[in-house]
Amino acid sequence: MTRSVIELPVHADDRRIARLAALAIGLTLAEAALPSPVPGVKPGLANIVILLVLLQYGWRAAAWVSGLRVLAGGLLLGSLFAPGFWLSAAGALVSLSVLALARYLPSRHFSPVSLSVLAAFGHIGGQLALVGIWLLPAAALIKLLPVFAAAALVFGTVNGLIVIRMLATPTPEPGMSPDILAGTRKG
Amino acid sequence: MTSLRAGDLGVLLTSGSLVVALTIWAWGGDRGDTVVIRAAGQVVETASLAQARTFAVDGPLGTTHIEIEPGRARIARDPSPRQLCVKQGWLTQSGQAALCLPNQVSLEIRGRTTTYDTLGY
Repeated sequence: MTRSVIELPVHADDRRIARLAALAIGLTLAEAALPSPVPGVKPGLANIVILLVLLQYGWRAAAWVSGLRVLAGGLLLGSLFAPGFWLSAAGALVSLSVLALARYLPSRHFSPVSLSVLAAFGHIGGQLALVGIWLLPAAALIKLLPVFAAAALVFGTVNGLIVIRMLATPTPEPGMSPDILAGTRKG
Repeated sequence: MTSLRAGDLGVLLTSGSLVVALTIWAWGGDRGDTVVIRAAGQVVETASLAQARTFAVDGPLGTTHIEIEPGRARIARDPSPRQLCVKQGWLTQSGQAALCLPNQVSLEIRGRTTTYDTLGY
């Protein structure tokens, strides 16, 4: 019997994406523990990581981190392939599509706050579209629309300001605050 | 620290107006939740505005077709000569009504509060 060895070469890019995805997954889990008055209204802290990845390593890396976050977040929260997982996936997908276009906005006039707000609206828009098509009659959602939209505006702005702040902090890992990365960095 | 730029204000203002517009649209007025269909003054159907449905109601002139979509309802087709009830289009607010008088069919939207106790024609 011949032993076959399958080698999967791991690049520095892979390690970086894995490390950033772990960060995003951690934030997703922490956020799931926060109580929320309306299901679906969440700060979306993982989007901070996605945005930082987008601005530093490009859209492909951001898409990887976002996809891994949705998948592993579903696994860890026990909602894999449950409705909540698909909502999360739909939100991430639309949000990434919005960012794919929004990243071409001239950075002289648009700071990460713009990207963050647009991504937040994309996120909630994708989720609500799926809910409307699949889970609830659209009439039941109409009354909740202003709540979701206001949450997207507020949390999108706050997350964007956090991203600006983190980008401005000089660290060995540009853009990443050292104390957040400390746990995942090898010495 | 980098601060907000001109385009950000545009994005924030646009998003803010979107939120305000959505609030007025969704919370302003009393959006109905029930449809009451009458033929010759008698209630023939009371349906929820939550799900898409269609009804066909017979009157003296012919059949009136009523269409319900989530959150709104209308008379889709009617044999009345002047088509007034069809031209009213979609009804969404509580108290709104479309009357197809020659055919004696009416469509009324009801919400949490009823604007009128009764309407006589």
